[in-house]
Amino acid sequence: MTQEPAPAPHRAPGMIARLSRARPTKPGEIYGVPGQGNTLWLSALSIGLFLFIWWLVTFMGWVKPLFVPSPMAIVHKFLSIWDTGFTGTPFLEHVAISTARVFGAFILACVIGIPLGLAMGMSPVMRGLFDPPIEFYRPIPPLAYLPLMIIWFGIGETSKVLLIFLSVFAPVVLGARSGVKSSAIEQIHAAYSFGASRWQVLRYVILPSAMPEILTAMRIGIGFGWTTLVAAEMVASTKGLGYMVLSASQFLQTPVVIMGIFVIAFIAFAFDLLMRFIERRLVPWKGKM
Amino acid sequence: MGLSINEVSVVYPAADRRPPVEALSRINLTIEDEEFVVALGASGCGKSTLLNLIAGFLAPTSGQLVLDGAAVSGPGADRAVVFQKHALLPWLSVLDNVAFGLQIQGISKATRYETANTFLGMLGLDGFQDSPVYKLSGGMQQRVGIARALTCDPRVLLMDEPLGALDALTREKAQELILKIWNDTHKSVFFITHSVEEALFMGTKLVVMSPRPGRITHMFDLPFSRQFLNGTPARTVKASPEFIGLREDVLKIIFADEEAAA
Repeated sequence: MTQEPAPAPHRAPGMIARLSRARPTKPGEIYGVPGQGNTLWLSALSIGLFLFIWWLVTFMGWVKPLFVPSPMAIVHKFLSIWDTGFTGTPFLEHVAISTARVFGAFILACVIGIPLGLAMGMSPVMRGLFDPPIEFYRPIPPLAYLPLMIIWFGIGETSKVLLIFLSVFAPVVLGARSGVKSSAIEQIHAAYSFGASRWQVLRYVILPSAMPEILTAMRIGIGFGWTTLVAAEMVASTKGLGYMVLSASQFLQTPVVIMGIFVIAFIAFAFDLLMRFIERRLVPWKGKM
Repeated sequence: MGLSINEVSVVYPAADRRPPVEALSRINLTIEDEEFVVALGASGCGKSTLLNLIAGFLAPTSGQLVLDGAAVSGPGADRAVVFQKHALLPWLSVLDNVAFGLQIQGISKATRYETANTFLGMLGLDGFQDSPVYKLSGGMQQRVGIARALTCDPRVLLMDEPLGALDALTREKAQELILKIWNDTHKSVFFITHSVEEALFMGTKLVVMSPRPGRITHMFDLPFSRQFLNGTPARTVKASPEFIGLREDVLKIIFADEEAAA
């Protein structure tokens, strides 16, 4: 867009020119912080364009429906599965079971991971003990240790929730741990100079100042959780969104695969919006001081 | 009574191929009741180390600090600190920030808010009780910090370049405000600054320090803050020949240190 010459002053800027800039440039903002501006319209345009090309490709018959079904086929599939279920299980039960697995693992990871991360940030002993195992398993893809989970914990719920738990756990621990460092030494000294105990410093200074990083880590963590869901439901599942996608792919039911992907993306996105809302309410001061 | 610092040295032990550093060498200083002691010196002269010692954040390698007959052995509410910046808690309102010290000490909400409101009024912050601190200007944030330090009724007020981050105009107003509060509350003050003019105007006693090793090289008794509190306008005090003469003398001492370092 930088190549495009600025519109002549005597006529109103065209549609494309207006869309290419997220918002008319305000005086003094030309050399401002890069990346500012509202992106809502551009995002809507991007989604609209994507849907249009998808529709065009299928409508014109350029790609076989087996590979890329039309958007309407996905909607029809969604409605029919909503009515009759998938492999004998109602649609909402698939959603509920997957959501329960992910959120169960997520809550467990937060309940254990946040205190552990804070402890690792506060104490060299805890850091020394727990840093090696966490750093060791963190970069391993969950699919790689999935077989071990099955051998050790069987094919029931335990191994599924544990797999998701492990993928959420590491980022949450690391976030809480680095959050400990976000309080300024002056804030800690101020508390001590009023006679605060170590516990009070943790409670009144370190914990609140770590909140932004903890919340960010939770957002990243739940993302990993959804990513791992399909892997977790590869094993002896008969219910769940991941199972639905996998089993549909084995029977080349591409509309179901795509529909399942959209449902997972939608739930994850809705939860992320909720987390952003919580973030704005809980830590409005984030980055302000 | 007051605070007395006797033969205090601080040595940082040798670390990776660096020899041990003597941050403070045999410091002797007393801060009497209601005295306003200002420390001034080139960077690296150990002013902040001295303040951290008095606050109790740091223990001396040798020597002793005694406050009202008892040895200082750690931070305590009898010595409140006002920091240059970053010391307020942005998740708390102005009122809760000022009441923070009392909250730490387990004072009930009603009582601590009452005390906090008294000091907010004294510092001209009435009406800002519920404001978030991160929305205040730098000068107002610093007044919140001072109000917070005063709530626990400390014996000594330790101020570590509290006005260093303020613009010139706000800074002069803040100097006058601090002097008035000092005069009203009868606290002892230990005040660190980089500004010679500020040091001369504020203190009743000026301590000039030199680096390598950090030590006290000169002490002056100062009349200027009393002149201001007795009604002479601040600018008149700062423009008087005695003030300017002493300012140049002190500047010479500090520049000599800076040149020796370069």
